[in-house]
Amino acid sequence: MLEWISIGIVPFMVLIILTHGYVKGVDIYNAFIEGAKEGFKTAIRIMPYLIAIFIAIGILRGSSALDMLTDLLSPFTELLGIPKEILPLILIRPISGSGALGVVKDTISHYGPDSFPGVLASVMMGSSETIFYTIALYFGSIGIEKHRHTLKAALLSYIISIFITIFICSLYY
Amino acid sequence: MINTIWFLMIFVGIIYGAFTGNLAEINNIIIKEAGEGVTFAIGLIGIMSFWIGIMNIAEKSGLIKSISKAFRSIIRILFPDIPKDHPAERWILMNFIANMFGVGNGATAFGLKAMKELDSLNINKRRATNAMAMFLIINMSSLQLVPLTVVKLRYDYGSQNPTEIIGMTLLATSLSTIIAIIIGKIFEEGDKC
Repeated sequence: MLEWISIGIVPFMVLIILTHGYVKGVDIYNAFIEGAKEGFKTAIRIMPYLIAIFIAIGILRGSSALDMLTDLLSPFTELLGIPKEILPLILIRPISGSGALGVVKDTISHYGPDSFPGVLASVMMGSSETIFYTIALYFGSIGIEKHRHTLKAALLSYIISIFITIFICSLYY
Repeated sequence: MINTIWFLMIFVGIIYGAFTGNLAEINNIIIKEAGEGVTFAIGLIGIMSFWIGIMNIAEKSGLIKSISKAFRSIIRILFPDIPKDHPAERWILMNFIANMFGVGNGATAFGLKAMKELDSLNINKRRATNAMAMFLIINMSSLQLVPLTVVKLRYDYGSQNPTEIIGMTLLATSLSTIIAIIIGKIFEEGDKC
């Protein structure tokens, strides 16, 4: 059922939009072309921001400084009730989506998908986003330099959501 | 703040790499990731054009307008600064919907359009507006209803019940989004233009 929805969502959306447009007498072909012209400009405009953020993420991950940071922080975070096994994921999640998925994979294969760390990692991965990438990309695309409270608010709610997720999973487990 | 974080990521990485004898690796990473940024942006061109093209049809046919009418009151509460019927409203809504259903690249395309429309309402072009901040804060709190990638991963690793996390994730996501909205609103108040 789930798989069916995930496969069907895009084709059906397209089908509904095209049919609706056609029935309403919209010149759908030219409307598509007109919109599509914008895709190119947008993609090129965000390129420098992607390069900047990719390099920073690459260097931080490649140097394995995150492992050191995990060892350094784990005694403190364990006092706060954060399991040590989940700390690498917490650190990398706001920075890199693909990196986080790799960590979830490691956690699941190491502790088992139905273990507490495995479940916790799964839920955490599904209920959070890549913060730095999003900010750099979206603000970058329109040349905003003063981000004001955006990052602060996002990080604060991320931290709170970590504790909520741990609480939810421990209730279940 | 992103200035500092960007600096720290690179600084810590290079210093730590130097101490652990990983500098050669860092040279490779710089070359590789710079190329990756270009490849990724170019890879986006096709799918982004596709989604913006499709949505342009839905915009012209009035479909988006009728959908956004249904959600108008929510948009009004979250983004009081956006004038009624402004296109930004619609792109924000489409971004939220695409996010919920996990259409990642569609969400990006709509989100970038939404930012552009929000920028048309911006007086000081270099400074983020409340609406922009709120839009991104909500985006970064994760909206996806069903984390299919994770479910698939659990299945691949032989989970007895790969889908058992869906309920918990839904609860965690809803709570984190509500909290993000509240925090966004609090910061907004404390930081009047």
